Amino acid sequence: MSYGNNQVEIIKEISGVNPLKCMKCGKCSASCPSFNEMDIKPHQFVSYVVNGDIEALVQSKSLWKCLSCFACVERCPRDVKPGKLIDAARQLVVREKGKNYLLADEIPELLDPETPQQLLVSAFRRYKR
Amino acid sequence: MSIENKEEFRPKIVAFCCNWCSYAGADLAGSSRLNYPADVKIIRVPCSCRVNPMFILRAFEKGADGVIMCGCHPGDCHYSTGNYYARRRMTLLFSMLDYIGVENGRTRVEWVSAAEGVKFSTTMNEFVEKIYSLGENVRLGDLRCKN
Amino acid sequence: MQRIGVFVCHCGSNIAATVDVNKVKEMALFEPGVVHTEEYQYMCSEAGQAKVIDAIREKNLTGVVICSCSPRMHEATFRKAAERAGLNPYMIEIANIREHCSWIHKDIKEGTEKAVILMRAAVAKVNLNAPLKPGESRVTKRALVIGGGIAGIQTALDIAEAGYEVDIVEKTPSIGGKMSQLDKTFPTLDCSACILTPKMVEAAAHEKINIYTYSEVEKVSGFVGDFTVDIRKKARFVDMDKCTGCGACMEKCPSKKSLSEFNQGLSTRPAIYIPFAQAIPNVPVIDPEACIKLKTGKCGLCATVCQAKAIDYTQNDEIITEKYGAIVVATGFDTIKLDNYDEYAYSQSKDVITSLELERIMNAAGPTKGHLERLSDGKAPKEMVFIQCVGSRCSDNRGKSYCSKICCMYTAKHAMLIRDKYPDVNVTVFYIDVRTPGKNFDEFYRRAVEQYGVNYVKGQVGKVIPQPNGKLLVRGVDLLDNKQILKEADMVVLATAIEPSADVRKIATMLTASIDTNNFLTEAHAKLKPVESPTAGIFLSGVCQGPKDIPETVAQAGAAAVKAIGLLAKDKLLTNPCTAHSDTLFCNGCSSCANVCPYGAISYENKEVNDHGIREVRRVAVVNNALCQGCGACTVTCPSGAMDLQGFSNRQIIAEVDAICR
Repeated sequence: MSYGNNQVEIIKEISGVNPLKCMKCGKCSASCPSFNEMDIKPHQFVSYVVNGDIEALVQSKSLWKCLSCFACVERCPRDVKPGKLIDAARQLVVREKGKNYLLADEIPELLDPETPQQLLVSAFRRYKR
Repeated sequence: MSIENKEEFRPKIVAFCCNWCSYAGADLAGSSRLNYPADVKIIRVPCSCRVNPMFILRAFEKGADGVIMCGCHPGDCHYSTGNYYARRRMTLLFSMLDYIGVENGRTRVEWVSAAEGVKFSTTMNEFVEKIYSLGENVRLGDLRCKN
Repeated sequence: MQRIGVFVCHCGSNIAATVDVNKVKEMALFEPGVVHTEEYQYMCSEAGQAKVIDAIREKNLTGVVICSCSPRMHEATFRKAAERAGLNPYMIEIANIREHCSWIHKDIKEGTEKAVILMRAAVAKVNLNAPLKPGESRVTKRALVIGGGIAGIQTALDIAEAGYEVDIVEKTPSIGGKMSQLDKTFPTLDCSACILTPKMVEAAAHEKINIYTYSEVEKVSGFVGDFTVDIRKKARFVDMDKCTGCGACMEKCPSKKSLSEFNQGLSTRPAIYIPFAQAIPNVPVIDPEACIKLKTGKCGLCATVCQAKAIDYTQNDEIITEKYGAIVVATGFDTIKLDNYDEYAYSQSKDVITSLELERIMNAAGPTKGHLERLSDGKAPKEMVFIQCVGSRCSDNRGKSYCSKICCMYTAKHAMLIRDKYPDVNVTVFYIDVRTPGKNFDEFYRRAVEQYGVNYVKGQVGKVIPQPNGKLLVRGVDLLDNKQILKEADMVVLATAIEPSADVRKIATMLTASIDTNNFLTEAHAKLKPVESPTAGIFLSGVCQGPKDIPETVAQAGAAAVKAIGLLAKDKLLTNPCTAHSDTLFCNGCSSCANVCPYGAISYENKEVNDHGIREVRRVAVVNNALCQGCGACTVTCPSGAMDLQGFSNRQIIAEVDAICR
């Protein structure tokens, strides 16, 4: 499946975000704890959506590196919420695959005692929809 | 309704515009050459709060098919609070009119600022189209006014 | 019966191209009362007006309808023409057949039909017009300036120089405002005090200027030309006439723990204090919250040391009532509270400061005597980070949606001054955009980068994390390099957004001046009337109208002064005659109209009325024609139909409705 303009609309709808409000200040990237892990940086999510380059967005590592900590959502001065955008892009992929989500029962065997609680919560946020 | 019928029907539409915002908005629509149907005739009032519900009833009585009232945006009233009163009065009046059979589509309140020539024109186009779809107003009309 | 003349204008081809003007002229003759019709190329021209004047004189016209452009364009022109011909100017009505007809329709048949109907409505209205006479009101030749910052001082000086009395009301103990707190000013780096204090002295010494410091406007009534204002002079507990300003009281005061407002709370001051050394007037005030004598009755040291016997613990607030012709609002600004921006750790670390606090730190008279040092441990910083747009340009609910306008320039100034005085300090500025529109502004910013080596980074800071070692870990982003930056800083300076002073909404309400959602006072026209409030007689000066720097403030202050002088120079004002009036026979004194009147123009009187031979005294509404602005809210509210609006009466509007629906 190729991604195009109707995916832009879907992402906007899922996230409830108007990416045109962005003033390109970069506070999202400045707040992001997994910035260094990402190939497409949080502030770039917005321009990828604006430019309709959803294909690159769903292929990116960033899609799965985002912790959904929502620091960018919290601090964005313009209510653009890059975290919600990437979340919506993830939803696109997840919905398409139809089964790529975690069941609560499967978690104990995946569990590493080192895993921080926050990661678990965000994993739920990400997959359990 | 047949097509010929529709062509014959020319609605009478009265627009009340406040002097400071909407009348100026209508002027701007004019100077920007933004078309809207000639069925709309504008009456200038100092403020939307000058529009007595009586005027609107009178218009329907005399055979108007639609009445629209335009004022400054809430908060921007030249007289600071006039449009708030107008808004409340019209809400009441319109629900009463709807009850007695003058459909809600025939009455409308719209806030148009002096800078919104485009909004004035699109509003009037929409409103006139709506009146065309509703057809002639049969309620409230004074039968002596008919030919 | 009226004798009406109808004049149809071609407006070159503007009207004539889509409206058959001759048809409109012919149809007019069928209307009741019309005795004369005429069409002409340009009705507004000298020759066109002459036609109107001649017709009024020759045909004894009592009413005139001009079918032409919008009344907003030429109503005044034709009213003047009517006046020249001896006809009451309010007997003129305009049928707008250009903006509302010829310009929006293409079909000549349609256009002509509509023009005829618009003409009919105007004729129907003019049939019911009555001659109106504008009232006159006097002008009190005195101006009030609310706020004693640079905007207020400049406005007052300009008005006073024109020869009119001016009062300045300032809520703090001294005039000078925010500018007196600044160290240097961009883009020339003048010392702020050096250019401001002479103006303060000039204002204080001017024989036409009277300054009420430590005072607030309490109540405003009246209208343009004739405002009555109550000013509350708060108790100073020091007699202004006796005090010599020696300062002995301040030295001896045992309660020295209060935070200095002037130093942004970075230093302390005694309970009896003069805010700063160059304060005007140079008379201390006693802070009743801190004074031991006022709180407990025991102390009174200042009264003992005062040789002039100026201390008076029994002083009370005083209300002064004064009349003014014009009021200028110059209430200025404050920096926003940073409670919503916890990510910058302002509340967690003393070394995260606002730019205004930095101004005080850099100032030789400030809390650190002008030495740049960390407020936590007094050490000299080596690494400084400036963050721009803190609270500005935020469309979420945390900050302000507007650009505060001055921050880019003062941050460049701070960075430059620090690099100049302390070349070993590294300065990094995180910016979103650098906005430097202004004379010599961009050159100034470039100098900070090119000559002083200030490190400008395009990007924002996400978080400031205070470290156990006392440093501040700044996590930001460099958008051009696409890299996250982690920087250990010694001090972080926040370019905090500015907002209108907290009490401006209260003042605007008193003045019935309109105010926007950001609490900035609204100007009458964004471009053509930038210093007038939509409320007549109220003028705007300085940041109360929108963010601006000092040169802009001074320019606007002068403009506001000119407008105020223009008003004060008049002996009498003509009032709008289209006012409401109440029919005493119908009025039942219910007060509905007074409740909706935004101007307080309606009062009640006991009047003797003759109701069908029964004479009795009734409570009836009376409209003050000088206050009434003619909105008509009362006319619709009146349950008995006693209220009507002259020039837009019920009968006139109904006649128009009838004519349109005919």
